[in-house]
Amino acid sequence: MSARRKLLGAALVAAALVGQVTLVARLPLPGGVTPDLVLLVVVAFALTNGPLPGSVTGFAAGLAADLAPPADHTIGRYALVLCLVGYLCGLVQDDLKDSANLAFLAMVVGVTGGSLLYVGVGAVLGDLRVTWPAVTRVLPLSLLYDFVLSPFVLYVVTWLVRRVDQHRVGYDFWEPGNRYRR
Amino acid sequence: MRDTRRTRLTLGLLLVVAFTLITVDFRGGDASPLETLRGLGSAVFGPVERVAAAIVRPVRHTIDAVGGLGESQRRISDLERQNRELRERLRASELSRSQSEQLEELLHLAGLGRYRVVGARVVALRGTQGFENTGTIDAGSRDGIERNMTVVNGDGLVGRVTSVGPTTSTVLLASDAASAVGGRLEGTGEIGVVTGRGEGTSGGRVLRFELLDPTAPIEPGQRIVTFGSQGGAPYVPGVPVGTVRSVSSTPGALTRVALVEPFANFTALDVVGVVVKPPRTDPRDSVLPPKPTPSPTPTSVSASPSRSPNEDDSAADRGR
Repeated sequence: MSARRKLLGAALVAAALVGQVTLVARLPLPGGVTPDLVLLVVVAFALTNGPLPGSVTGFAAGLAADLAPPADHTIGRYALVLCLVGYLCGLVQDDLKDSANLAFLAMVVGVTGGSLLYVGVGAVLGDLRVTWPAVTRVLPLSLLYDFVLSPFVLYVVTWLVRRVDQHRVGYDFWEPGNRYRR
Repeated sequence: MRDTRRTRLTLGLLLVVAFTLITVDFRGGDASPLETLRGLGSAVFGPVERVAAAIVRPVRHTIDAVGGLGESQRRISDLERQNRELRERLRASELSRSQSEQLEELLHLAGLGRYRVVGARVVALRGTQGFENTGTIDAGSRDGIERNMTVVNGDGLVGRVTSVGPTTSTVLLASDAASAVGGRLEGTGEIGVVTGRGEGTSGGRVLRFELLDPTAPIEPGQRIVTFGSQGGAPYVPGVPVGTVRSVSSTPGALTRVALVEPFANFTALDVVGVVVKPPRTDPRDSVLPPKPTPSPTPTSVSASPSRSPNEDDSAADRGR
């Protein structure tokens, strides 16, 4: 894991978080539900970087999402969810090398799992907002938006990772084989 | 990168930290020791969101503009470009005019209720998941904002402040499922609880009003104002909340439930005001907008003892 990739991860998460609350949350999408950019970015970053970067980025992104102003839920809730999701998505990194379809499938599974886990933790904590009618109304639609966005997010993140690697100088001890330079 | 020992160790450590945070924050509730952490979050992300909102605002308006230009796109390209330029200019002036109008309405409402408000703009809406109906405003502790202050706009109640940073604060909107506001029916003075429904933003167009007295009369068209909390926090009295749309009576239920259309549009919030000083006396119904259709017959025949003389003054005001 090069320093450049770490920087890229931090920048991606920050952009997703700020873009989510200032722009995406205001988009007049049908149903009044929005995709979850932070979750998408964490899943895509984990799929391209592996379990350790995935879990660390997930935790940091989740904690930032828990603390950034309009958030009003228990601190640590999103950090827990995204940390786990980042780790699990990172585990399948090596299986996705040459198949775009598999990568998209992994995105879909990761995003669905993350959303369900977030709702589940909310239910355990007794969150008043997580009621059955609210979940059945919000979740399918927001997942649908997530699915539509996921190939684009995956493409952008993979492209950025590749680009960042091309500028790398010297040898990276953490990742001897650079699989993006074919 | 493989799933190594080091990876698992890191994961375990992070999960323990996350569980600890959740436990401490959950058990602490409103007096959570992690509130300072949340303040730190607003201190860091608040200014970023303010800047981002300022950058994004023209983009948002351009998106709207492109959506509404289907007709003119068939015209000659020259005219089209000119048209777009003019529209853009017009929109810019309309935008500033609508904002000044909103501010004027806000000041009017504040003046009617004798609230002292601090003006602010909404820079971000909602948390990252669709379940929360919250917003960030660009006023914080430096502007005299404190927790549990009422937030209003020119139309009526918006919500209350839940956490404060130096230059931004978080507002829990009245449309959030976790929000409960004491409400009072116009005229009869029957009290109840207004809760949000929170199911996405479109669910924000309807609030629930639970009347504490199941036998009390309630009809569609009646308006609701805030009842007011002790000491004016978190809700000051007399702020217009919404109009009753339909009443459902569940047989055997201890309370009666009505669906209420809020005065404030929670999806298009821009200029809001934070009530930093509540009025000395309850403004009762005087802040409500004039009735759309003036009916000469009084709504309630029995004069309830809760009617105060200044309410009659306000009725006279409305007639003017």
